[in-house]
Amino acid sequence: MDTESTYSGYSYYSGRSRGSHKPGERSRHKSRSKDGSRSEKSVTINAPPAEPLLGDSSVRGEEVQDDNWGETTTAVTGTSEHSLSQDDIVRITKDMEDSVGLDCRRYAALTVSAVLGLLVLLTPIAFLVLPHVLWRPQDCDTACQGLLISLAFKLLILLLAVWALFLRPQRARLPRVFVFRALLMLLMLLVVVSYWLFYAVRIIQSQDKNYHGIVQYAVSLVDALLFIQYLAIVLLELRHLQATFSVRVTRSTDGETRHYSLGQLSIQRAALAVLENYYRDFAVHNPALLMAAKSRAAKHLAGLKVYNVDGPANNTTPSQSRAMIAAAARRRDTSHNELYYEEMDQERRVRKRKARLVVAVEEAFTHIKRMQEEEQKKTPGEVMDPREAAQAIFPSMARALQKYLRTTRQQHCHTMESIQQHLAFCITNNMTPKAFLESYLSPGPTLQYAREHWLARHWTLVSEDSVTSGLKDGSVFLLKCIDFSLVVTTRRISFIKLSEEFIDPKSHKFVLRLQSETSV
Amino acid sequence: MSFIPGQPVTAVVQRIEICKLRQCDNLILGFSIGGGIDQDPGQNPFSEDKTDKGIYVTRVSKGGPAEAAGLMIGDKIMQVNGWDMTMVTHDQARKRLTKKNEDVVRLLVTRKSLEDAVRNAMV
Repeated sequence: MDTESTYSGYSYYSGRSRGSHKPGERSRHKSRSKDGSRSEKSVTINAPPAEPLLGDSSVRGEEVQDDNWGETTTAVTGTSEHSLSQDDIVRITKDMEDSVGLDCRRYAALTVSAVLGLLVLLTPIAFLVLPHVLWRPQDCDTACQGLLISLAFKLLILLLAVWALFLRPQRARLPRVFVFRALLMLLMLLVVVSYWLFYAVRIIQSQDKNYHGIVQYAVSLVDALLFIQYLAIVLLELRHLQATFSVRVTRSTDGETRHYSLGQLSIQRAALAVLENYYRDFAVHNPALLMAAKSRAAKHLAGLKVYNVDGPANNTTPSQSRAMIAAAARRRDTSHNELYYEEMDQERRVRKRKARLVVAVEEAFTHIKRMQEEEQKKTPGEVMDPREAAQAIFPSMARALQKYLRTTRQQHCHTMESIQQHLAFCITNNMTPKAFLESYLSPGPTLQYAREHWLARHWTLVSEDSVTSGLKDGSVFLLKCIDFSLVVTTRRISFIKLSEEFIDPKSHKFVLRLQSETSV
Repeated sequence: MSFIPGQPVTAVVQRIEICKLRQCDNLILGFSIGGGIDQDPGQNPFSEDKTDKGIYVTRVSKGGPAEAAGLMIGDKIMQVNGWDMTMVTHDQARKRLTKKNEDVVRLLVTRKSLEDAVRNAMV
């Protein structure tokens, strides 16, 4: 059973790592499946890969990854490269239908904001132009002209503010409407409409000749709108900067936990903030590390079977399953021993491989020397650019690196191409071998890896409270993606009472504590 | 042996008379003292009340005049030749005990067992 579960896990990954958004190319690869066995425990003898290590691998792109790039003859195939699993197909269809539905919504929101922006821009201008068109008001004197100039500048600032707050392209798509923004747009619309009403009734109908008054009216509209923008800035941008809540984010698969401070946000915006921090801080999700726990759990209950001795054979009643659990707990189980020794062995293995890797890389780096300017003119023979230099020293460390990645189960995160690129980058920037190895020794945050390993772009927010309601103390919500979920709990930062105490610096005095004994 | 500030100190005491022994050039009594108002009372192993800054007997040398007179380790010295020892510094206590012109010192000492004995006798 173990080999079967391993197999499905690996093929799932290899399918995904081909780039799940290119359905056309996938069909080309589907037909070419690799010969030889697919489970982890077999050994195949492979002919060495056709292209030489230097040169052509860049041409082929990252579609075909040969896991045996570190070894030349004997190979242990860990993954099957060109298979598609059922999940891939399901996911492709889901991606396509999701993107169509939500795009409409986004364009609708953008249109509404654009229309409102145009309305806001054109209304004051209309207020000023209409009198000239419909009847002839008196001319503009100096005060009135000053007002016109200020109106022009205020209108420019208003335009910038409307663009900045309402029309900027969104970074994310939220499930529900952003309540504050909608309310503010409604308020602006109300203000504009009421000003138009008043204008229509009082000014057009009475054909007011006082142009100064009309200009003042237009300026007051623009002022009101600017104040609404100010309110919008406070509500949309500033309110969530002051930390009021501390949220605890736990990944459900391996329990990695972080704490963040958030201000007063709605649940959906808090989820967005949590996700942005997730991509930056959490180590990349590596399901290969979770296999051991699952197999252990399977072994716990596998040894017990419940037989119904008397009565008809029906489904297990609650008492039967409880009896099973109690029996399993009482059984003298030595799996803790296995876990302990297995972990010790694994740690030792990792350390040994790491030591070999560090030595190999250090040695490889000594083969390269940066050439100075003068020397460049003297020996034009063996000059290489960083990429060629990387390819020259890569084979000496490739085997050690591949073995290390296999032991820490990270081999699917790094392709040979990406490693060579990283090596060329390090050589160019005069980094030491230790700096080069840093990205392989510990798993970095998800953003560091290539795009196909951002394993989830589509998240689902699961919450008992409405997602537009604000965060409260003790609110819990879940962010689900395909492989795992993030559990988020919030705690309010309590009211802090700070008082002051003055200590005179002259009051710091000390005495010796003695206990002497004298004989008399 | 604890005292209440403002109230006179009362204790059951034993009179001990020690004759000083002449040894080379010194007159010795044969015991060691510890304590005093300039010392740290918390480190006193013999006192019941750890804020008691009185003079305590910390060692009695074997075969010395103090042992012969009946002084015991852990005794608190209340008076020496009529001079009070409950509120003195360590050095003042030493001086009172080692006056060169006196051959005999008369001490009033108290210990816990004395009070217990009196209480048991009264019952």
